Amino acid sequence: MTRADAIIIGGGIHGCSTAVHLCLKGLRPVLVEKDYAGRHASGVNAGGVRQLARHTAEIPLSIRSMGLWERIADIVDDDCEFESHGQVLVAETGEELAACRARVAELEALGFSHEELIDAAELRRLVPAVSDSCPGGIVSRRDGAASPARTTTAFRRKAGHLGAIVREGMGATGIRRQDGLWRVDVGSERFEAPILVNAAGAWGGDIAAGLGEPVPVETVAPMLMITSRVPPFIAPVVILRGRKLSFKQFGNGTVLIGGGHLATPCRDTGETILDWRKLQESARTVFELFPVMRGATIVRAWAGIEARTGDDLPVLGPSAVHEGLYHQFGFSLHGFQLGPGAGAVMAELIVDGSTATPIDGLGIGRFARPSPPPAPRGQP
Amino acid sequence: MTSIPQRDAYDVVVIGAGPAGLAAAALTAGAGLATLLVDENMGPGGQVWRAITTTPVKEKRLLGDDYWAGQRLVDDVRASGAEILQRATVWSLDRTLEVGLSIDGGARLVRAKRIILATGALERPFPIPGWTLPGVMTAGAAQTMLKSSGLLPQGRVVVAGQGPLLWLLSAQILRMGGMIDLVLDTADRRNRLRALPHLPPFLTSPYFFKGLAMMREVRARTQVVGGVTSLAARGSGRVEALAYEAGGRRSEIPVDVLLLHQGVVPNVNLAMAAGVRHRWDDVQLCWVPELDERGESSVAGIHVAGDGAGIGGASVAVHRGRIAARAVIEALKPEAGLALADHATLASELARAERGRAFLDVLFQPARQFRIPADETVVCRCEEVTARDIRESVALGATGPNQLKAYRRTGMGPCQGRLCGLTVTELMAEARGRTPAEIGYYRLRAPVKPITLAELASLPKGEDATKAVVRG
Amino acid sequence: MFKRIEEDRRRAVEIFVEGQSVTAREGDTVAAALLASGLDVRRSTAVSGAPRLPYCMMGVCFDCLVTIDGMGNRQGCLVPVREGMRIEIQKGKREIGR
Repeated sequence: MTRADAIIIGGGIHGCSTAVHLCLKGLRPVLVEKDYAGRHASGVNAGGVRQLARHTAEIPLSIRSMGLWERIADIVDDDCEFESHGQVLVAETGEELAACRARVAELEALGFSHEELIDAAELRRLVPAVSDSCPGGIVSRRDGAASPARTTTAFRRKAGHLGAIVREGMGATGIRRQDGLWRVDVGSERFEAPILVNAAGAWGGDIAAGLGEPVPVETVAPMLMITSRVPPFIAPVVILRGRKLSFKQFGNGTVLIGGGHLATPCRDTGETILDWRKLQESARTVFELFPVMRGATIVRAWAGIEARTGDDLPVLGPSAVHEGLYHQFGFSLHGFQLGPGAGAVMAELIVDGSTATPIDGLGIGRFARPSPPPAPRGQP
Repeated sequence: MTSIPQRDAYDVVVIGAGPAGLAAAALTAGAGLATLLVDENMGPGGQVWRAITTTPVKEKRLLGDDYWAGQRLVDDVRASGAEILQRATVWSLDRTLEVGLSIDGGARLVRAKRIILATGALERPFPIPGWTLPGVMTAGAAQTMLKSSGLLPQGRVVVAGQGPLLWLLSAQILRMGGMIDLVLDTADRRNRLRALPHLPPFLTSPYFFKGLAMMREVRARTQVVGGVTSLAARGSGRVEALAYEAGGRRSEIPVDVLLLHQGVVPNVNLAMAAGVRHRWDDVQLCWVPELDERGESSVAGIHVAGDGAGIGGASVAVHRGRIAARAVIEALKPEAGLALADHATLASELARAERGRAFLDVLFQPARQFRIPADETVVCRCEEVTARDIRESVALGATGPNQLKAYRRTGMGPCQGRLCGLTVTELMAEARGRTPAEIGYYRLRAPVKPITLAELASLPKGEDATKAVVRG
Repeated sequence: MFKRIEEDRRRAVEIFVEGQSVTAREGDTVAAALLASGLDVRRSTAVSGAPRLPYCMMGVCFDCLVTIDGMGNRQGCLVPVREGMRIEIQKGKREIGR
């Protein structure tokens, strides 16, 4: 039996970030990942580093995280290919622009200023390739993008350098609480610690349910495609207000096309089955909006498996049932940007018992009353 | 031959019209199963019988009897009622047995009850310094041009490497009046002893006499240097010289066309993208799909036949195609299966065709330095990544080919790792002190060949826009 | 780099490479016709701009990428020549994609 200060289950960006931040606070965690760090959603998502268009409940966490992104190389010794060229939400109609205006006003009333309403002229300046008929939108200027695999790997590597015990390629089994400690088996090894962090992504719901805290959560796999290199024509990440499309060009010219169309996940094998008819819709939208893309080739399409909760908000914070148990999963297709901040917040909760970053509304307790509907399992 | 698929769904879709695919499609269509045979090339034949219906090389002895043997299978499949679609690129296949095709700039999805993958082989990567220079090509490339267009390499021509195809190509070029300045044989002489236990069956196989005769034919007409232990192509903007070492002696010769070859390996991209489980073959030094004795893979309904199932050559491929076809017929139309030769007979024919292979597999294992290159050599041609880049990434913490992508984009270009994947696996295995099986391979993704945005946008929407996934 | 055998009796097909007339033969792929043309048909890569010519001629290596009738990134080794076809050599880094 190996004693550690905390056991973290899940080597995605969240588990790895929490491992790094616990180490920075002087703890020695063990990080257990059944595949390898970043194998699923954390390593293969669109890499958007976005405060834009978030639910108000997670905006403080997102802002906290943004501050860490802006000095990411100091934290993990790797620039993670983070670039800040802003993210732009494009309104295609006057109606959509009105919704944007209301949104920005709502955020201002709450004291948030990161989202800025822009008119047609500013939109054209930021995204010259966009259709002339678009009346404006919203920009979040500090936003950007990073390489998800590189980022998650960098956090995993840094955790190791800081003294975390990292186990990849074997899952944690026999999760139990004995003698006031959490114990897990990892292959032939056994670990115990006063703290257990459930950062198991698509598998986080199972762990929570197994420990008596079921959460309405489904397994989803949002699809992405990437193109061959095309001439540089767009700097910020672009999201459409009215359609399922997000769009980003990397420095090397390749273009990532996403937007949340879903593949069929197979959680047992870790595979996903792509839905080409949905990808066809994405392709057609890009074809219509960006003539420069018409001759581009799609080089690869994929989907990463993750968890989506019933209210599209993550589960973050201490267990409502067990002492020493913390949840950090269910980021519902938008957890990548939150990773650095959520790890820092989690380390504060564990070590200091509190955090200055408001995370009200993200706790697991929100599902406990009234009694939640039975959690859907497996394939949606 | 049609130009778009006539149906949305078939009993069997056979992918690849080489020896295995032709043999399989002829049987399934002949048994009355709705069969679609799709192939990327302009005509049937695969690589070994490439352009068999159109080649300008009409004099039979030039390409040899083994080439013209393909004609009968082409005739069979054309008479069988199979729908044949040439110039159709398959870019997607998944475990629901849906096939994504691209034909003349338009995309289509078709469904099948069974799939027979006959995607054949490709030439093993041959990463030597300068292999990306214009004028350096594979021997297979030269043979393709010779068969389909009657084109012969011109200028100072050097053929380097090892294996049966190298000698066959050299013989064909010379027979057709082409010139070869030098053949450099890289066969590792230490393999001879290791292959010895497999010698007896080889001596009674057709490979033995054919191989000897071919080598004699080449040696009689051009200079051959054996025991070559290093190769480096040099030049500015195109290949101009080749430096090599044989028996401890270094030489350099001027060259205009350098043809490289060190054997073939299964073309696994489509099978892997479909989720078919593969294993590392320690003798053939490549990935091969895990198959049962009827060629069915770990994905229900997907069979693999031909060199894509493990290198065996054309006649082995034909037998594997028949075995897979028989299994499919038995599953979908058992009464038609009764008329066919039983499985035991087919299996014993296959065993006969495989005789002698084990000897060749060991004899022609490429030497380490031709598989795991020195630091300055380009490994990933698409993204221009060198062996040094990869070793440095390993030192930084990249543990396998998929993690490496995040550091160096290896395998992320259009060829999707076809020309770097094996090198990356073996190089990382060596750098990390692991076996290739432990290191693994790129996780392959559709589209397995790039499609244009316009093609994808052209995909007919259809009424069944929501895909019903009933399997597994 | 390559020369035609004398017994080739296939019909001639005229194509245009960077505007220049080239006589190919029916059944040639674009890549084969280019290699037989005697012209400098080296493309340059999108990554470093390095010169390349076709390597595998069987649809695997993507070193034969070429612009055919205005459409970029086509695999020249898989496309048959057609009368009047217009082919442009890709200038890679300087002129990515198209």
